[in-house]
Amino acid sequence: MTVTTLTINGELVSASPGASVLEAARENGVEIPTLCELEGISSAGACRLCLVEISGTPRLQPACVTAATEGMEVQTDSERLNRYRRMILELLFAERNHICPVCVANGHCELQSRAIENGMDHVRFSYQHPDLSVDITHERFGIDQDRCILCTRCVRVCDELEGAHTWDVAGRGTKSRVITDLNQPWGESDTCTSCAKCVEACPTGAIFRKGSSVGEMEHRRDRIRFIADARKKKEWSP
Amino acid sequence: MKTEANAPSKANSRQKNGNHPSGDNRFTMLETSMKKLRYQPDALIEVLHSAQGLFGYLTSDLLLFVAHALKLPPSRVYGVATFYHFFTLEPRGLHSCSVCMGTACYVKGAGSVLAAVEGATGIKDGMTTPDGNLTISTARCLGACGIAPAVVYDGEVAGRQSPEDALEKLNEWEVKNGPE
Amino acid sequence: MDQNELQAIAEKERKSRKPIRVSCCTAAGCLSSNSQAVLDNLRAEVKVAAIDGRVDVCSVGCMKLCSRGPLVRVADGGGRRDQLKDAVLYESVQPDDVAPVIRAIVDGGRADIPVADRSHPFFSRQKPIVLENCGWVEPERIESYIEAGGYRALHYVLREMTPEQVLKEVTQSGLRGRGGAGFPAGVKWALVAKTPSDKKYVVCNADEGDPGAFMDRSVLESDPHRVLEGMAIAAYAVGAAQGYIYIRGEYPLAINRLQTAIRSAKRMGLIGGHIMDSPFDFNVDLRIGAGAFVCGEETALMASIEGKRGAPTPRPPYPAEHGLWGHSTLINNVETLANVAPILRNGADWFASVGTEKSKGTKVFALAGKIRNTGLIEVPMGITLREIVEDMGDGIPDGRVKAVQTGGPSGGCIPTEHLDTPVDYESLAALGSIMGSGGMIVMDEKTNMVDVARFFMEFCMDESCGKCIPCRAGTVQMHGLLQKICDGNATPDDLALLEDLCDMVRHTSLCGLGQTAPNPVMSTLRFFRHEYENLLRKEAILT
Repeated sequence: MTVTTLTINGELVSASPGASVLEAARENGVEIPTLCELEGISSAGACRLCLVEISGTPRLQPACVTAATEGMEVQTDSERLNRYRRMILELLFAERNHICPVCVANGHCELQSRAIENGMDHVRFSYQHPDLSVDITHERFGIDQDRCILCTRCVRVCDELEGAHTWDVAGRGTKSRVITDLNQPWGESDTCTSCAKCVEACPTGAIFRKGSSVGEMEHRRDRIRFIADARKKKEWSP
Repeated sequence: MKTEANAPSKANSRQKNGNHPSGDNRFTMLETSMKKLRYQPDALIEVLHSAQGLFGYLTSDLLLFVAHALKLPPSRVYGVATFYHFFTLEPRGLHSCSVCMGTACYVKGAGSVLAAVEGATGIKDGMTTPDGNLTISTARCLGACGIAPAVVYDGEVAGRQSPEDALEKLNEWEVKNGPE
Repeated sequence: MDQNELQAIAEKERKSRKPIRVSCCTAAGCLSSNSQAVLDNLRAEVKVAAIDGRVDVCSVGCMKLCSRGPLVRVADGGGRRDQLKDAVLYESVQPDDVAPVIRAIVDGGRADIPVADRSHPFFSRQKPIVLENCGWVEPERIESYIEAGGYRALHYVLREMTPEQVLKEVTQSGLRGRGGAGFPAGVKWALVAKTPSDKKYVVCNADEGDPGAFMDRSVLESDPHRVLEGMAIAAYAVGAAQGYIYIRGEYPLAINRLQTAIRSAKRMGLIGGHIMDSPFDFNVDLRIGAGAFVCGEETALMASIEGKRGAPTPRPPYPAEHGLWGHSTLINNVETLANVAPILRNGADWFASVGTEKSKGTKVFALAGKIRNTGLIEVPMGITLREIVEDMGDGIPDGRVKAVQTGGPSGGCIPTEHLDTPVDYESLAALGSIMGSGGMIVMDEKTNMVDVARFFMEFCMDESCGKCIPCRAGTVQMHGLLQKICDGNATPDDLALLEDLCDMVRHTSLCGLGQTAPNPVMSTLRFFRHEYENLLRKEAILT
């Protein structure tokens, strides 16, 4: 198979065969904001931050699950896209209780980074202040539902890479929550192998290592990709 | 929610003939219906329908039994059971009153029927009276729009309901008045 | 089973009919008005009066005028359908009314019970194709469907036509999907037919979730075999051997009748292996929903059939390429499939002669709301909303029409000044509504349109699966803003924010539920903006 040639933001670029629009953009140094996507696991197309404009397609398309095709004309950065992205970020901040100054992931949070990059400096929507819990029953890790954005990276990484499927989503709509096993305390989960892949995958401070204080929780996302490459491509170089 | 400490051992003790250690023969009946569906993981929703039909609601123990039988992760079973509004993880009342809140019923005053029932019992949509006598719920269109507003009392659809009709039914069931 | 055997069954059925046929509607609407007791009394009284030698008592499906149920029809004419026009249709028959009805049959007169005017536009303007058997055949007896010409189209297709010819016929008929969006059925079928896949599936979407819609339920309760026949023809055309009917758990009677229908069709060799002694195999299984509106969306429906949470996945890939368990899958709704047998029986040109240039055939609507005649209607595409509301529906008892809502939570409210709009996909879309699956709710002047928008937004918020952020969190915020407006606490800035949010949710949501959730707000803002503005805080308007 030969490379695919396409236009991104007016520049003619080439992408490796079978690449998604998001991968094509990254290969060529073009940043498209993402939240639910994580290299090494399947894409959900759920956060809608990576929506791009494609000529000849009436609807905006998620770059993470759209294949780059020959001659495609993609626009990743427009006033309209940025306006939508900002609103999506505002919706997330209003949905649960995100208080950066007291968060373990302060400074290492993808939600926070996306908001800064987008220039989102205030939220126009009413804060929902849901009454959510923190589960610190696991020996080494904890989950604070207040900071969860329901990206489902933990669910996918646990199912696809670890094969344990400890996590899943319960409920629906605004009542959705990530849960372990039968919605029981994480520490009592029968399936969890304590592998920490969910901890490394989490984009915010929702899943954290116990004992981290404000700003100390850094996620090693590269380890997820390392394991995925080792598994699929038999490559062990980091 | 905390499951029984013996949950994992329960899974191991599930015998081939489907006998549940509790000796409850409803588990045997559930086992029979799962067998009919060849224990296919795809049949999870059908199995949960049967389980709820047999037990009235889905306990953690029951969900775990289903998860093990269909070889599915427990979190996936819990996720499905809580996604669909038909399934309930809490016991239901002896009687049920389900007010249709479809568009046709809504424009013909279903809201006032629901308000009357909620007012009389002191509980809200989706709740059960403390004495376990009545569960109030709302339905998203029963397709009985021609006779709106419709209310389902214990599974029987009644058309053209007024708040008075609904309160009369509650009286018949001897539902106690709630606070206020 | 061959043509002769089918005819023999039909002949036997005809011969067994008695001179007088009394039909009682036992579809869900009439059942909830106690029609089962009426039917039981009819059966008992006929015996008591010793006229059971010349009177058949039948349990039939919907006779359309649901607001006057239970409906009982007495037809004199040897059980021949062409004699139906002289039949008497009694309205609101109570169990106690049965005795006078029977006495009238004995005495050869008419009972002193209200009788429906069959020449009223509610009946005379109907153009039955999908509902041709509705209220005539006995839904629980396959012989009754065969007598009405059932399974002849399937027989003809299997014997005389290649799959390509069937595809061509359906494409030429101009049939479009009746589930809402109106995608050409022939194109959809051809896509599945040409996709290489070792297994293929045909799915009937009977997850009729729009609040205010009961067309599909009525078809399934009244004439279930028609849908099975349509599915079998579709399966033959696309090369599928397995079908699923995904039906709402809220429809126990329809589920029951479908189960009976599948069983008897299998027994007669009309479903199963080597159908009608041809090499064609086709099996059908039911899948019962568990209360999730989003499962009407194709990808969510497939996830649910696979036993998963009904969360949609991005399209493409479409079900035609990557459907159930990864195989090519055709998904059509009940009404679309119910049109298939008549098209093959009478030809594409016959079908295309009904309707408008771009919208062929008829549409079934569930007419409800604040209107005199509520019930089931099937009308040719192109009829105006005014004809439906004012003539067939007979207007509003005391007051005037303010708006007609079509398309449920994905649709819009059409104001009275646009009542002369023809009913077709494009005209309704131009008014910011959609054809939808067929719910049509009439609203009077007492209805507050902001409250209507809030009602639909609450529905979408409750039914959002929660996967994508715009729909999950956006519907919550839109509902909050609408509530604030309804409560008189909103400012013009809130209204502006609501409009921005509508635009964003519409363009960024993952599936149709989110993409169309803002429609009721946008359509009421377009035609009833003053109602929103009247509710804004007065001091806010002054500043």
